[in-house]
Amino acid sequence: MKSMNYLYAAYIATWVIHGTYLMILARQYSRVRKEMESLRK
Amino acid sequence: MKRGFTLLALVTALLLSFALYEALIAAPTEQTMGNVQRIFYYHVPSAWTAFVLFLINFVSSIVYLIRRNPKADILALVSAEVGVVFCTVVIVTGPIWARPVWGIWWAPGDIRLTTTLVLWLIYISYLVLRRFSTSGRTPVIAAVVAIFGALDVPLVYFSIWFFRTQHPSPVIGGGGSLDPRMARVLLINWAAFMCLAWLLSWTRYELEVAKRQVEEAQALESLLEGSR
Amino acid sequence: MSFLEITRATLAKDIRLEWRSKDAINAMLFFALLVVVIFSFAFDPTAEESRRIAGGLIWVAFLFAAVVALNQTWARELRNQVLDAYRVSPAPANPLFLAKAFGNFIFVSVLEAVMTPLFVAFYKLRVLGPAWELIPIALLGTWALVINGTFFAAISLRTRSREIMLPLLLFPISIPALLGMVNATTAVLTGEESARFWIALLMAYDVVFTTASLLMFELVLEAE
Repeated sequence: MKSMNYLYAAYIATWVIHGTYLMILARQYSRVRKEMESLRK
Repeated sequence: MKRGFTLLALVTALLLSFALYEALIAAPTEQTMGNVQRIFYYHVPSAWTAFVLFLINFVSSIVYLIRRNPKADILALVSAEVGVVFCTVVIVTGPIWARPVWGIWWAPGDIRLTTTLVLWLIYISYLVLRRFSTSGRTPVIAAVVAIFGALDVPLVYFSIWFFRTQHPSPVIGGGGSLDPRMARVLLINWAAFMCLAWLLSWTRYELEVAKRQVEEAQALESLLEGSR
Repeated sequence: MSFLEITRATLAKDIRLEWRSKDAINAMLFFALLVVVIFSFAFDPTAEESRRIAGGLIWVAFLFAAVVALNQTWARELRNQVLDAYRVSPAPANPLFLAKAFGNFIFVSVLEAVMTPLFVAFYKLRVLGPAWELIPIALLGTWALVINGTFFAAISLRTRSREIMLPLLLFPISIPALLGMVNATTAVLTGEESARFWIALLMAYDVVFTTASLLMFELVLEAE
């Protein structure tokens, strides 16, 4: 059953990596949004 | 545009959940490796996706040098970045698979994993260059570096291939034919990850377009303020 | 002026400059000497082991030392806007690049000629394979480092923290060349296997990247 742990670890790691990238994108998006707002003024 | 994006996001989510089900439950258990082998359904499609993205990076770099179209430049940047993300998945899941199967985390002689690692390093240096460049002609320089990196790939592959013949080491899933049911699950997962890559690239592309607009507007504003 | 004349003139100028200042070569030699001395403290191997690791150590030392010289290549031309002058002159870009690459090749070769005896002495090396093969390995390996090094030095010219950008770009791309040099040298030193494949790999690497550099240098020079 120990081998299942490796399996879960790999799947979770994959989603952690994609999730982190998505979060980075979202943060940059909100920053660009803010800059756009300030430029519009 | 907006609706296309939502549709793609929906399709991606559905495909990914279906692929996850197929990989964890529907696919038959491999006889020698057991359940650990199911890492294969994430590891290999991620690698293929990363290679496709790097290929797009190579092609759009060439297109940029010929046409000087900024869209090609953005596409090159985006595909390299998303490719690095998928490459990271490959490099992380590889050792997690290798450990229970061979008892070691990393085998320097494993040709595919090591080639992927070198690719990862090359494209990270490409992204670092793009970020650090102060020249106004960053896209040209970046495209040149991307072409150099792509030219390096076959050399990397052959050097590691020969390195392996001297330092033999096990190869993950090498040789032998794949059970057709496993091949089906593999392809479903690949389709799902390609959709995810598309979605991520799309998002990143729009972000880059917005970033460049903001930069242009800021430059214009400071110019106007200076002349006032 | 013909292609060859421009190459020769630029090369002669660089060598004269280096001969008078000895900036790059001194820094490089001292750096390589430091690396050798530190390695000799870090690894204290027996004769048999040292044969196995010396190929790696020697090339890593040369690689690090070469970066010192490569970083100077173009920086020198920035000072008095020499590069801008070159860009507006009708001379083509490739002879300039080749001259720079040959210059670096000469500097790094001098470094290798001086450091190799030291390595042999520090590690009590004795060659068990066909020793003459070390000459093509050294020539091809040095060219492999220098051709891409010169090219990437030009690329990293207009980046923040230029000095660190060069190794960041150069090392990943050089991995196959480095594998080639190190394994070929080890093969000759131990005499256990043939170095033929690695020499062929180095040749392929040199041909591919010399061609690519010559095709694309003009883009870099005008963009820089």
